[in-house]
Amino acid sequence: MAKTANKQMICEVLMEAAKTDKSIVALCSDSRGSGSFTPFAETYPEQFVETGIAEQNLVSIAAGLAKCGKKAYAVSPACFLSTRSYEQCKIDAAYSNTNVKLIGISGGVSYGALGMSHHSAQDIAAMSAIPNMRVYIPSDHLQTRELTKALLQDEKPAYIRVGRNAVDPVYEEGNVPFEMDKATFVKRGEDAAIIACGEMVGPAKAAAELLEKEGIRATVLDMYCVKPLDESAVVEAATHAKAVVTVEEHAPFGGLGSMVAQVVGRECPKKVLTMSLPDTPVVTGTSQEVFDTYGLNAGGIAAKVKEALK
Amino acid sequence: MNLEALAYELRRDTVDLIRAGKAGHIGGDMSVMDILVELYFRQMNISPENMDSPDRDLFVLSKGHSVEAYYSVLAKKGFFSKEQLHKEFSKYGSKFIGHPNNKLPGIEMNSGSLGHGLPVCVGMAKAGKMDGRDYRVYTVMGDGELAEGSVWEGAMAASHYKLDNLCAVVDRNRLQISGGTEEVMAHDDLHERFRSFGWNVIDVADGNDIDQLHAAFEEAKTVKGRPTVLIANTVKGKGSPVMENKVNWHHKVPSDEEYTQICIDLARADVDEEVHA
Repeated sequence: MAKTANKQMICEVLMEAAKTDKSIVALCSDSRGSGSFTPFAETYPEQFVETGIAEQNLVSIAAGLAKCGKKAYAVSPACFLSTRSYEQCKIDAAYSNTNVKLIGISGGVSYGALGMSHHSAQDIAAMSAIPNMRVYIPSDHLQTRELTKALLQDEKPAYIRVGRNAVDPVYEEGNVPFEMDKATFVKRGEDAAIIACGEMVGPAKAAAELLEKEGIRATVLDMYCVKPLDESAVVEAATHAKAVVTVEEHAPFGGLGSMVAQVVGRECPKKVLTMSLPDTPVVTGTSQEVFDTYGLNAGGIAAKVKEALK
Repeated sequence: MNLEALAYELRRDTVDLIRAGKAGHIGGDMSVMDILVELYFRQMNISPENMDSPDRDLFVLSKGHSVEAYYSVLAKKGFFSKEQLHKEFSKYGSKFIGHPNNKLPGIEMNSGSLGHGLPVCVGMAKAGKMDGRDYRVYTVMGDGELAEGSVWEGAMAASHYKLDNLCAVVDRNRLQISGGTEEVMAHDDLHERFRSFGWNVIDVADGNDIDQLHAAFEEAKTVKGRPTVLIANTVKGKGSPVMENKVNWHHKVPSDEEYTQICIDLARADVDEEVHA
């Protein structure tokens, strides 16, 4: 199956919707190319706003547009959107409760070789800590399509992080289980539960397949809705497992692992091992090289599950 | 309606509100009052009846700490009762908090952190242009606030998008919490800075003079193709020598003795204005 980058799928869904919905407005901070939004800008120039390299302005202008009835999609690299314009996300989007969808493109270590300035390993923690801000990290382009359609139906702010590169689909066309704010069980098993988000869901699924060959059955839970976290799915997955492993493309603090551990500790205490990027500037390289360095691949996840089950 | 008298009436309400809530940015409340009165009682198409209309004018108080003056104006305008405001302001669990709160009727956006109002208004004005609506968008900033870089991002975009439906006002009272604005971070020549960003600049020699403000706002409406900023030269603490041009009245609750004198001064200033009128 042809691979499509998640960011490209967001653009495709919005372009389809914009045919009839003139309230949809996309904003870019000199990021239309990197965000795959050039087709939108060219097809709907009257529904496109370029702010230049000014991420604070991007978010505030999006909020002002939203206050006047627009569905504002602010598209900018996650590393800048979640830090440079953090206060605008907090005040103008979340606190004022405007219909701004913050699309953090090339999130995590997508720009692996460009260094720490271009990595967003803090965005889950930062955005999740803002009241009235939701955080979504879809795993593949098919789930991204369903999520984007669902987000068009509400009028609340949200942060959506997607990677730069096309990734192998987790789901199949015609069989994309999706319910808004409900995590997706990719596999079910009774030995361990692997809870992952974004680009880590694919390797988590592959890890479960490796483990299966060794007789270890693992649940794989795609927690695309990091906030509001689907707590009932976490409890369901953890209750039926001997140990839990979380996997995320994020710093070790305040992300998916922290949130899952809070729920498991409160509701069904058992061992939780968290896999993440380290609390240091990560090694530079392609994102796959970065993942491999820190064990964020099928083999590394499988090994961590076995460690958890010891 | 005599707007000069109204501005002094609302100054008295504001001082009472600050006494009731035991908190408030009183100096800036006094300097900005005439600007708010001219906007709400003569310029803007805003009322409790039309807040759901997509054609209403839009206002964001970017210098959100002048919320006591803003609340007093909104109460007079009928968005909520003065009695409720004075009972609940700054109290535990109240919606009448120390910065604009858009859970209250009449308030479009939350503010408090400086440097947000202008960029948000750029979005509002841009939406008006996209939809072909005739509403105008207003924001009031403090002069100390202009040190925030985000103000200039907004200023840059407003002229780039040719937002002649946007009018910003600078409450140029020349004081901020640490001292004179020119000592803390110099802004002169402010006019030239805005001009260099592509703005039409109108200097309001006396920004506490309703007639001068009125003329400036009317002139701004005639300017096409670019946004307008009013540099309103105001007096911090305007209305009483107890407070005027005194930096320690940036945030202060008047004592009983000060309150008595301020009330006398505000009443006298009101009469003086009427005599001059």
